[in-house]
Amino acid sequence: MGWAIALHGGAGDIPLSLPPERRLPREAALRHCLGIGIAAFKAHKHPLDVAELVVRELENHPNFNAGRGSVLTNSGTVEMEACIMDGKTKKCGAVSGLTTVVNAISLARLVMEKTPHIYLAFEGAEAFAREQGLETVDSSYFITPENIERLKQAQEAHRVQIDYTQPVQKEVKNGAANADGDSQIGTVGCVAVDSEGNLATATSTGGLVNKMLGRIGDTPIIGAGTYANHLCAVSATGRGEAIIRGTVARDVAAVMEFKGLSLKEAAAYVVDQVPRGTTGLVAVSSTGEVAMPFNTTGMFRACATEDGYSEIAIWDSPSK
Amino acid sequence: MGGWAIAVHGGAGVDPNLPKERQEEAKRLLRRCLDIGISALHSNIPAIDVVELVVRELETDPLFNSGRGSVLTENGTVEMEASIMDGPKRRCGAVSGLTTVKNPISLARLVMDKSPHSFLAFSGAEEFAEKQGVELVDNEYFITENNVAMLKLAKEANSIVFDYRIPAPGTVGCVVVDKEGRCAAATSTGGLMNKMRGRIGDSPLIGCGTYACELCGVSCTGEGEAIIRSTLAREVAAAMEYKGLNLHEAVDFVIRNRLDEGKAGLISVSKKGEVACGFNTTGMFRGCATEDGFMEVGIW
Repeated sequence: MGWAIALHGGAGDIPLSLPPERRLPREAALRHCLGIGIAAFKAHKHPLDVAELVVRELENHPNFNAGRGSVLTNSGTVEMEACIMDGKTKKCGAVSGLTTVVNAISLARLVMEKTPHIYLAFEGAEAFAREQGLETVDSSYFITPENIERLKQAQEAHRVQIDYTQPVQKEVKNGAANADGDSQIGTVGCVAVDSEGNLATATSTGGLVNKMLGRIGDTPIIGAGTYANHLCAVSATGRGEAIIRGTVARDVAAVMEFKGLSLKEAAAYVVDQVPRGTTGLVAVSSTGEVAMPFNTTGMFRACATEDGYSEIAIWDSPSK
Repeated sequence: MGGWAIAVHGGAGVDPNLPKERQEEAKRLLRRCLDIGISALHSNIPAIDVVELVVRELETDPLFNSGRGSVLTENGTVEMEASIMDGPKRRCGAVSGLTTVKNPISLARLVMDKSPHSFLAFSGAEEFAEKQGVELVDNEYFITENNVAMLKLAKEANSIVFDYRIPAPGTVGCVVVDKEGRCAAATSTGGLMNKMRGRIGDSPLIGCGTYACELCGVSCTGEGEAIIRSTLAREVAAAMEYKGLNLHEAVDFVIRNRLDEGKAGLISVSKKGEVACGFNTTGMFRGCATEDGFMEVGIW
């Protein structure tokens, strides 16, 4: 078997009518990030490095909800979080509440490698970032006009966008996010496995539009949004609250192990268990399988395997 | 239905040289908490309410590492965290980085019941606490002499204390299944002695330190990092759900096979009214009781 990589830019209610000027840049970004991941594998980088590298790239891209382009809290600020996990050792690192760190995923990696802890948050995490000399910038760097608009709409609709069972109230304005807020924008993540079966996962996000200050989602919770062990690596996206309750990332591996399902079967099974419209994930297994199931309208995603196969997609595709 | 069952813990990993007097003190507290829970169960109070009220009691008493009596950060302050989960619909609430909230578990409950989110932390959580009108106190309230002394020792030894040469008190938790077969779990802690500011452990992480579903309720304690890596609480439920094990088998399986080099313990109940505790540490402060009259409080 060869290496395999899969990445996502968020699952959600991505309208099929997404206009080209909004679709094309995102597809290009997915292609670009996939290319970076593939090049890293060709250069024999470890899956942990590949996953981190790809997520850094996704964080830097303003069209996804991570790093620059992160959605805003109810106070118009950003609070970013990320998580990374090594399947072989199950070592992991997570961060939350970041406001100035350019690449949250790299801070998560440093927490994993340079502290006796797994998870640092808010001021403590920011202080650690400075100690480590990680690149930090003024918070305004992360804030995009699109997200200011999204927040405005969410606040006008008086809703935190978490309840997909509620009817969509309004039409899409100029292709910008509708009142449900984060339809076109979600967490980012990358999972990677090398030809020896070493697995890694990395996830990063700005969280939920109009979220309360201090709100932590599924991304930095090991077993919820992010998980890897000797069987598979998983990165989830969607409704944080549902992914937490459903311990989504952990369950994919548990179902493979306890029920003997393949990666694709296990991933589909788990996504099926979570309420419709809330969840998507990307996963790779130690044997090089790839799965990218979602129960939302769409999920920005891409994958590639060493034998030359690659895919970039947003909505349903036969090889889901 | 097998009737109600309840278990409480005050931390895994006990100093084998703990003076007899302290051991008795701990057992008295555990027994008192069990009695509070049992009394509530006799009054048909639902599991989710019972776990909250028992953990409040454990937080208020300074003996264990939660609420008052919490261990200290590297800065000598207290940063508390907690989580609660209601089995039937798997609703959950968690908080971290609390410095003035008298009962973290109750704030976790409010996050679950009164906010659109599952987890609030640091100043955002404190703001929410203020808006909810929960009881707030000065950070000093939580700090005990014992812990100040222990922090000093830990700094001298330059270690994070999860090391029985410098034993520190442990996380607290409670799991309950009520007469209707509803399971619930709650965990609360001050974290690790001499921890970095901003460090979050396993206790507020759903699936790691706390978990409850239709089948069972679980609360863990011990090395936070080990509990997180092994998603310990969810593991028990997953072994039951996907492997078809009963509660005792699941707990046994998980403690034996999922901790690798890590040291931890857990308490659990099943919807059938069973209760099971497991630990691979030297001791775990615990107590459990079932409707048929069984009751046990223990350390070793």
